[in-house]
Amino acid sequence: MATADVVMYDEEFNQIKTILSKLRTDANARLVFLVDKNGQQIAAHGNIDNLDTTSLASLTAGNVAATDALAKLIGEKEFSVLFHEGEKDNIHISIVGLRVILVVIFDERSSLGLVRLRVKKAAVELNGVFDSIMQKVEAEKSSGGSFESPFAEITDEDIDSLFSE
Amino acid sequence: MTFINYASREINCKIVYYGPGLCGKTTNLQFIYEKTNPNAKGKLISLATETDRTLFFDFLPLELGNVRGFKTRFHLYTVPGQVFYDASRKLILKGVDGVIFVADSQRERMDANVESLRNLELNLKVQGYEIRSLPYVLQLNKRDLPSALPVEEMKAKLGLNNEPVLEAIAASDEGIGVFDTLKAVAKLVLQDLTKTT
Repeated sequence: MATADVVMYDEEFNQIKTILSKLRTDANARLVFLVDKNGQQIAAHGNIDNLDTTSLASLTAGNVAATDALAKLIGEKEFSVLFHEGEKDNIHISIVGLRVILVVIFDERSSLGLVRLRVKKAAVELNGVFDSIMQKVEAEKSSGGSFESPFAEITDEDIDSLFSE
Repeated sequence: MTFINYASREINCKIVYYGPGLCGKTTNLQFIYEKTNPNAKGKLISLATETDRTLFFDFLPLELGNVRGFKTRFHLYTVPGQVFYDASRKLILKGVDGVIFVADSQRERMDANVESLRNLELNLKVQGYEIRSLPYVLQLNKRDLPSALPVEEMKAKLGLNNEPVLEAIAASDEGIGVFDTLKAVAKLVLQDLTKTT
């Protein structure tokens, strides 16, 4: 495998949820969520009842990947912020610490300026959390793999049972 | 790059369907979408042109059930097969956990298969993957067509090293081979987890 697997622990997950919840309140946003660059949703906060967040996550990642490639074509390192303006709702997408994507959906109750300001602050905090996750993963690895994987003893029967329906 | 979430006890894997234009990647996904229990699937998203050619990707999230107390989710992607969409293909391979190469069995598409397979190898390398060490399955699609080449001949031209090879007719009502192919790659991906973690 080319890159390390992403692993999310309870402690950091809760920290992330707190940061997202605060960002949603501070920015007066409808919804805030975090996606990794491959399109996996990490966490979400806000009114997600009527929203297909899985699709939202994968399309966001596709969008960011395409924009990233565009940036490189014209000699830019990246476009760190994408903003889509709609009639009612707007989407603000930013890249945090080169590895995760922070998405804020907001309507007329907020403004782009406010969202940008709050996102900047939250991004710093999120960066700290992801640094600590990476350190943890590295530490576990270098300590001789004491990291207990729940999949270490996966059997063929386990896998077959997934397809038994 | 599998995403393991200990907090919500979920594991997410990314599977990519690769292959030359019109080989049946999207058809594979459409069949899976139609035949899966509504609770286990999300929306099938197709970013396609007006003539239904894939422009960027198709995406289908699938929930397969529990392994060792973890919910397993597979995110299925297709790439656009047409040669000139190479920049988009590269992007979709990012963070891939398993690849299905859908080959078109028709004699006249053999060159396109070979070219696409080379392109896959190259694009994986760009992302830092080696095709021979990645969970990888070869699907020989369109077995029902009159100009379909014999399986052995296709294996000789497209086979890498003992990867599972499955015959399929994705466009048939029974979607012959479609689920077997998915199962084969899912198995390899999950087995891979036991090695890397």
